[in-house]
Amino acid sequence: MSGPSNYQPKSAFGKWMHERLPVMELVQGQLMDFPTPKNLNYWWTFGGILAVMLVAQLITGIVLAMHYTAHVDMAFDSVEHIMRDVNYGWLLRYLHANGASMFFIAVYVHIFRGMYYGSYKAPREVLWMIGVLIYLVMMATAFMGYVLPWGQMSFWGAKVITNLFSAIPFVGESVTTWLWGGYSVDNPTLNRFFSLHYLLPFVLAGLVGLHIWALHVPGNGNPTGVNVRGSQDTVPFHPYYTMKDGFAIVVFLILFAAFTFFAPNYLGHAINYLPANPLVTPAHIVPEWYYLPFYAILRAIPDKLLGVIAMFGSILILFVLPWLDTSRVRSGTYRPIFKQFFWVFVLVCIGLGYLGSKPAEGGYVFWARILTAYYFIHFLVILPLLGLLESPKPLPPSISDAVLAKKKPLAPAE
Amino acid sequence: MANAKTARVNVPNGGFPLSALAATRGNNNVSTAVHADVNRRDFLFIATGAVATVGAALTAWPFISQMNPDASVLALATIEVDLAPIAEGQEITLKWRGNPVFVRHRTAKEIEQAKAVKLEELKDPVARSANVKDGDPATDENRVVGGKETFLVMMGVCTHLGCVPFGNQGDYGVVEGNTTLGGWFCPCHGSHYDTAGRIRRGPAPENLFVPKYEYLSDTRILIG
Repeated sequence: MSGPSNYQPKSAFGKWMHERLPVMELVQGQLMDFPTPKNLNYWWTFGGILAVMLVAQLITGIVLAMHYTAHVDMAFDSVEHIMRDVNYGWLLRYLHANGASMFFIAVYVHIFRGMYYGSYKAPREVLWMIGVLIYLVMMATAFMGYVLPWGQMSFWGAKVITNLFSAIPFVGESVTTWLWGGYSVDNPTLNRFFSLHYLLPFVLAGLVGLHIWALHVPGNGNPTGVNVRGSQDTVPFHPYYTMKDGFAIVVFLILFAAFTFFAPNYLGHAINYLPANPLVTPAHIVPEWYYLPFYAILRAIPDKLLGVIAMFGSILILFVLPWLDTSRVRSGTYRPIFKQFFWVFVLVCIGLGYLGSKPAEGGYVFWARILTAYYFIHFLVILPLLGLLESPKPLPPSISDAVLAKKKPLAPAE
Repeated sequence: MANAKTARVNVPNGGFPLSALAATRGNNNVSTAVHADVNRRDFLFIATGAVATVGAALTAWPFISQMNPDASVLALATIEVDLAPIAEGQEITLKWRGNPVFVRHRTAKEIEQAKAVKLEELKDPVARSANVKDGDPATDENRVVGGKETFLVMMGVCTHLGCVPFGNQGDYGVVEGNTTLGGWFCPCHGSHYDTAGRIRRGPAPENLFVPKYEYLSDTRILIG
């Protein structure tokens, strides 16, 4: 990692330790003294919020696993046992279930922030791609977690999503049988989902480590997209951004607590409080809200294989985003036309989410097709062309200049 | 002094004047004035830290408490036992709160032998029964309930490290020919208990515990 390492151990023990494992140098260099652009706005606090949410999900999840039973005959009852018998079990489960939603709210803000400010552009392509990988693993983890309570939506969600793989030509059926460990979603499926649901968060933690490593090589981007030119453009991460991130985390936790305590089931589905019945499908099955845009894309295509390809493609296309956007200007702030297309894209994603929650019939399908087409046009046509056709606004010579131009400076300290 | 004051006044309250503060301290060779060392920002840091610590402690509690026995475990706190089918010299083992409970119908000789033991011969002279006061002596009478000395009810959990002792074994039962009646021996680390379940030899420190129980009728007891 780059960054300053002026760490000088002060105590005798610190010196002894430094010669054997320089962990304090890492902490001071990467977490405290790390030079961070001084103009980061609150959209940049979502990285810290996401780290907190990952830890919160890990802790509540490990605790819930102490009380949960991964067996088709007992899973549903063990979740009710957590809700009724276990000390504070209701709190732990609601924290974990709503924590998943909060995690996705934060990750969507984080992704859109990256898209607006061009955070994926050189030299941060690998950082961005690790982020997309994190998002994929998050989705897999959340999906398998939703299966564990073994309610109606758990079961049928599991069946529909695993059946996506049956669309693969020739080997599709073998693949789904392999995923299930049988001829349908059943006890072997539940057991392996529990195992993987426990494993993947630690994979996530590892990927987050790589994400932060890849971030600390070039350092943070910033709202102007202009490179850091020197120490006048930066402040140490601590206390400036520990405080700013800390404040944002507290505000975000208020939202989290509001859902947990006042609307714990608002983001869930009532029908998941019915035990799984492999013989009866609920009339209207929908995934959790964070999958809805992709679900809409899946249903918009009137062909099984192509629908699955479009759905996975809509996420995988993010991997090549750094090469689809041809503009050399990072920040959307200085790209007047891109800025408008960006907000249209945000609305299209929200619209797809809305359509994903509606039945697949009539006008909903028509609009889902229009928006699906636009989703791909945004990446494959608009972004490549815009970089070539658009004339960006003049960039500020430096971060300091941009900051000083924005508002009158504070009275100097001396 | 004057220098330090001027410098401090210029620090804007809304900003983050740590570097400015450091500079002030650096230049402040003339004075170590109290107000330069303790200021409003220190108060804010301590107050914030205190609130965060209390919040963290409150948040931690549910995560600790969840490992305590839950409502379904606490609901299993009592069991009823019918003593009538237990023949003289027979012993049954029940499960109560996840642990074995021995219910033994003692023979006259076992009772006699238990009563003959003097308190000063005992390794643990305390009754260890939930049915008498703490510290009452480990007489045979105090090891049973209501003077019904034929039935001995106690936890089958060795007070050393929790193994289940074997019945009719050890050096303190009633020996008749080559059989032993009464007495318990823990195979894990060699503790010997007598016909009243009292520790006599070996590493166990205390007598086998007698749980709280009462007679509902002459032949029924309620444990717990």
